[in-house]
This record gives sequence, structure tokens and C-alpha cells, in this order.
Amino acid sequence: MSALAWRGAGLVVVVALIALWGEIAALKLVSPVFLPTPARVWMALEHGFLHGSLGAKLAGTVSHMLGGWLAASIVGVALGALIGTSKTARDYIAPTLEFLRPLPASAIIPVAIAIFGLTPQMALGVIAFGSIWPALLAAIHGFAAIEPRLLEVERVLGLARWQGMVKIALPSATPDILAGLRLGLTVSLILAVVCEMIAGLDGLGQWVLLAARAYKSADIFAGVALLGGIGVVANGTLSALESRILRWRSTDLA
Amino acid sequence: MKAKALVLPLALVAFAEFGARAAGPSDSIAPPSEVLAAFLEAVRDGSLVTATRDTLISAFGGLILGASLGLIFGLALGSLRTLDRLLELALELLRPIPSVAVIPIALVALGFGYRLEIAIVAVACFWPLLILSRAAVRGIEPRLIEVSRALRLSPLQEAIKIIAPAALPRIFLAFRLAAGISLVVAVTVEIAVNPQGLGYEAMVASQALRPALMLANIMWIGIVGYALNAALIVAQARLFGEAGRAEAGR
Repeated sequence: MSALAWRGAGLVVVVALIALWGEIAALKLVSPVFLPTPARVWMALEHGFLHGSLGAKLAGTVSHMLGGWLAASIVGVALGALIGTSKTARDYIAPTLEFLRPLPASAIIPVAIAIFGLTPQMALGVIAFGSIWPALLAAIHGFAAIEPRLLEVERVLGLARWQGMVKIALPSATPDILAGLRLGLTVSLILAVVCEMIAGLDGLGQWVLLAARAYKSADIFAGVALLGGIGVVANGTLSALESRILRWRSTDLA
Repeated sequence: MKAKALVLPLALVAFAEFGARAAGPSDSIAPPSEVLAAFLEAVRDGSLVTATRDTLISAFGGLILGASLGLIFGLALGSLRTLDRLLELALELLRPIPSVAVIPIALVALGFGYRLEIAIVAVACFWPLLILSRAAVRGIEPRLIEVSRALRLSPLQEAIKIIAPAALPRIFLAFRLAAGISLVVAVTVEIAVNPQGLGYEAMVASQALRPALMLANIMWIGIVGYALNAALIVAQARLFGEAGRAEAGR
């Protein structure tokens, strides 16, 4: 079977699974308080977008996520470039970063609340702090692991330090950086949801938690489906960007 | 190398100590000496021990549940190519849902407590095991399978003698990753909604304007996570020898 045929078969399985879910919910094998039918979730989505604030919540979550992620990516890659290109900086700083890495990013939330209160700045700080790690560590690794011959080329061409960074080091580190940015985006979505839940900021995290408090299961599932959708779109966009940016890489180098 | 690695942390601690003292009493930061005092106090009155126990019960409970389900699915999908292709799209659509987004569903169905936290941790630990164990089974050297054919091993013998030894090091790596995730997610659930464990203690201390106790809890979360990871790396090297060490670097 061709790839397309398998894709079609996969789609049939998805439809069948949704039908199975509908059947289980319709027969009330699981209480409707916990498990709405797919039709009710669809109605909740429609109603939320047309008459409610679901569109604004979706926009809120996306903007929290992207704002924190962008800040983290820029700072993370810049710091990573500085640390990665200098052997001295690596020796002094890298062990501390490796030690801090396993710390749960969400553990910074109580500190951020103590400093900023329950504000959008708190959320931005937490999301940026949490998603900086993948970008930073990947950039350090990328800039540190440059093929020595490329550095010789840099010297032979007599490039200035910043020229070498932009023309030689950055392209060489790009695959690592992109992988880090992708991981960071996943982290930023998780932290955006958590911050919205805690601080009651406009977003899907707040939407699903309020729906849970009111036992509106259809609204919860609608919000969760949208969060999954954000994840799919974000990942797909970065994958597409990645394959475009890395087009120059021949497969035998990969 | 060792000495250089210590310079930055020591400088940061010293800076925090003098900086916090110079800034005077604060609701959001505390000098490291007071954090240490708060930590010892929390150990003595038992609150830290209880919170650690609660967090670890949830993390390990969820890890065992989620990892076993992920392993079963991963092994099935890795060995049955047709099943894998049929479920590919469904899994691609489900995987990007952030584990914390499941909190409200679990909250309605299970209420607050261990079960809520275990459910969320299980969801988070399910995916790495599924993906890595599927890859581990699929990545088995084809010549090993040929050897098993040539020796006329039964499917059970093949699974025990060929597939398990070849795939186990990578599966253990997946388990180690999931163990790290389990603690992170357990603490996150506690910070977000669940009123128990270390994450909740840190939140309460933050809201009670006791920065020393808050930082002591966070520091302890970090130490527990670090110790867990270190113990699993040692176990990996012990259990799998050279193969484990080779995978540990990944």
C-alpha cells in the first residue's frame, strides 16, 4: 500500500475511534458528567466561538506561549552562542547549567508569584524562564561542537569574530538550535496553561479549569481539543521551517 | 575542571547571601543561610518528609502506570507494522495535547488527591515509553533476527533471547527519561491544583510570604530530582554494562 493509502486508513481509524467514543458516551457507559458525546463537544466549540469568549481564550494562550517562547529563544540562543564559543565560559558555567537543568520549570512559579504577584508579567517570566533551557543548552552544544576544519577555514579567511560567528558558527549550530527551539515551544505551551490556571489569565488554561469547576465536561473537552490543536500546528510549523532552513544539508552529513 | 565548576555556584550563593542581607527583609527572596535554617526546621517538624512522601508516591505511581501502558503499546506497535500504520494518525493527533491540559478532565472524574496526580503523571510518562520502545524494537539489528531464524528459535525464545536483550538498554533509557518527567509533572500538578506534596508546600509558603521556606522546598525538589536521575544512571550502567553506558550518553 502507498503512503497515501495508509494515511487514508489512519483517518478511517480516527473516525472509528471517535464513533466508538460517541457510542460509549451515548450508552452512558461512562457518566456524561465525565465524558460528553463528540456532538456535544462540537456544539460547545461552535457555541464558544460564536457566542462565547473561546476565540479570545485561544488567542490569549497562543500569545502567552509565543511571547515567552520568543523571548526565551532570543536570549537563549544569544547566551548559548557566547558560552558555547568560549572554552573558558563553558568550563565555568556549563556544569552549573547542567545541574540546574533537571529542576522542574514549574518550580519557579511560586518564586515568580512572590516577586510579580498574579500578573501577566509573572506568566511571561515563568514561560520564558522555563523554555530558555532547551534553547540555551542546545545552542551551547551547537556552538561548541563546530567541526575544527570550519574554524581553520575561518582563520584562513581572516574573518573577524562576529563574522565567524554569523557565517561559520551559526549555520553549523542551526540544527541543534532548531531542535532546542522545538522542545522549548512544547515547554512554553505547558507553562502557559499552568500559569493561566493559577493566575486566572485570559486563556484556555483558565477556560478548562473553570469548566471543570462547573462540571461542564463538553467545554473541558473543547478546550483540551484546542490545546492539542495548538500543539499540532506549532509542531508542524516548526518542522516545516526546519526542513526549509536545513535544505542545504545533504543527507550523508545528517 | 572540578574547581572551575564550583566557582559560579559558590559566587552565586555568596552574592545571594550578601545581596539579600543588604536589601533587608523581603517577601520574595531570602538569604541562603535562612533558606537552610527553614529547610532544617521543615525536616524537624516533619512537613518536608510528608510532602516528599506524597510527591514521590504520586510520581512513582504515575510512572509505573504510564510507563507500563506505554511499553505495552510501544512493543505492540514496534513489532506489528500494520497496527502501527493504522494508529499513526490517531497518535499524532493525541500526542501534542499537553499533559497538564488533562488536569481538568481528571479533576472532574477523580477529584483532588493521589489519583488525580497519578493519572496526569501516567499520561505524561506514557508517550516517551511508547515512542522509544517502539523505536527500540524496530531498531533491532536484522541480522540478529536472521540468527534466530537460523537457530529455529520459537517466537517466545526469540523474544527472550534476542529481542529483549537487544531492546532493553534503550527501553531503560526511556524509563529514565520518564522518571525525570514524572517528578516534574507531579510537582507541576501540585503547584497548579492539587493540595498536597512539595509543589503545594512551595506555593503555600509563597502565599504566606515566607520566602525562606518556599526556596527551601524548591531547593529540595531540585535535589530529589538530581538524586533520582543520578541513581538511575548508576542503575543503567550496572544493569546493562557497556550497552547501558553507551546509551547513557544520549
